[in-house]
Amino acid sequence: MPDISSLSLSFDEISMRFPDGTEALLDVSLSVGPNEFVSVVGPSGCGKSTLLNIASGLLKPTSGSVEIADTSMGYIFQDPTLLPWRTVLRNVELLCELHQVPKEERRKRAQEAIDLVGLSGFERHFPKTLSGGMKMRTSLARTLTLHPRVFLFDEPFGSLDEITREKLNDETQLLFQKEGFSSLFITHSISEAVYLSTKVYVMSERPGRVIAEFDIPFDYPRVPEQRFDPNFAEVCGEISSALRGVDHD
Amino acid sequence: MTEGIGHVIHDSEKNSLKGRNRFHRFRLFFSNLFPPVFFGSLIIGIWYLVSYAILDESRRFLLQPPHKVLTNGFLDWSGRDGMSEMLQSLWSSTKVAGIGLFFAILVGFLLAVIMSQAASVEKALFPYLVTLQAIPILAVVPLIMFWWGSGQTSRVVVCILISLFPIIVNTLFGLQSAEKDMHALFTLHNANRFVRLRKLMIPAALPAIFAGLRISAGLSVIGAIVGDFFFGKGEVGLGQLIKRFSSELQGEELLTAVILSSALGVAVFLLFTWIQNKAIGNWSERADLIS
Repeated sequence: MPDISSLSLSFDEISMRFPDGTEALLDVSLSVGPNEFVSVVGPSGCGKSTLLNIASGLLKPTSGSVEIADTSMGYIFQDPTLLPWRTVLRNVELLCELHQVPKEERRKRAQEAIDLVGLSGFERHFPKTLSGGMKMRTSLARTLTLHPRVFLFDEPFGSLDEITREKLNDETQLLFQKEGFSSLFITHSISEAVYLSTKVYVMSERPGRVIAEFDIPFDYPRVPEQRFDPNFAEVCGEISSALRGVDHD
Repeated sequence: MTEGIGHVIHDSEKNSLKGRNRFHRFRLFFSNLFPPVFFGSLIIGIWYLVSYAILDESRRFLLQPPHKVLTNGFLDWSGRDGMSEMLQSLWSSTKVAGIGLFFAILVGFLLAVIMSQAASVEKALFPYLVTLQAIPILAVVPLIMFWWGSGQTSRVVVCILISLFPIIVNTLFGLQSAEKDMHALFTLHNANRFVRLRKLMIPAALPAIFAGLRISAGLSVIGAIVGDFFFGKGEVGLGQLIKRFSSELQGEELLTAVILSSALGVAVFLLFTWIQNKAIGNWSERADLIS
């Protein structure tokens, strides 16, 4: 057992059964260390999102315990969840507003975050005029304003086209290096998981269990071409067969 | 870093685009204008046909031809039954509709907000609101007369009763329309009930609130005129005028009053559409659909 105090986030034998009887998670144990980027891949409906809801405190697990080292936690939803009546700038300011950060400080932090995600010039735009990728960047910027030490990503790039997705993968990687946060990243895409992560967990079909764990050996920064590297492909292949092993059981 | 790299367009291309654009707008204008103008002319044609070809002279008062409505109704400003009296009545009815709508908005909005805060309150109130809505106004006219007399107040009450329901239903629907994830976001950041209401639920409700307002604005005019029809003490509104014109068989004036009533309804509807577009046109995906 690793020393809990050195971890940003740790799940210890978490099980989750919903009131309607659905068993979402079964004895899931996993941990995210400081400055680790941990991804979880698994088939649809295996309880990956439930895992994040538990991590963030939105849901209480039926059994098991969650340890969180830091209370500052950023949650990136599957949808950008922008408020359509607010401009990009005002959307990015929202979380600081909810935490009563004074106006000037709020504006400064929002502007910094907007610059960081490459949305400078779009401060006054309303969400309806933005592309899917830009909406997701706004959502990222909004979370960055609180400088959370732990990021929870719930399949954030799943609905984007391939090109935008790869671009955002690179930017997430940059942010990860620049800001030094820990991440728990949920995704369907094996190559996305391998590209971004220091560690990948594979989950089974419902009820979700951790069935495999892979350390990703590549150094940062990783470059897009690396996706076509034989070593990269090999790791992806291993994860893929771990995933498929579930189907053949 | 951002997507959407500008498209390079040459000047010549731009000019031809502009020309095409202007032509396109011109055509759009006509294709939008032509159908209603054509249909309106058709209606006036049929109106003349009925006035002159179907009704003989002794019965022509049943439907006076358009030009007589114009000259004897709209263009006759003198004395009793003249346009000046009609405009005074129009103003009286406008005031009733305005006051009634104001209270309907106030009560409707508050009720919807309270109902949005607890499912049990919604469940407790909703059946009674539906019942209230289902009561024909005619059936409660005597009661209203008992309680509030037959003056301005009763007219306003009718107005409120008629226009309240769409405001409540639409506001409530709107307040409940914020997505689950947005609520989760507010929960994650410890937003209290009041902050959630002010920063999430009410703004999210605005498009629906305006949809309700536009319906209710029209209904408040109907309420004002119906109320005026039954409760005639004090100022003379359009309802009283319509009653008098019909009993005195003044066809032209009657039609004039009817046209004024519907003009008031349309004006109120347009006013609220305008306010809506000012308030939420910037961001709402819906606003430009229904303008």
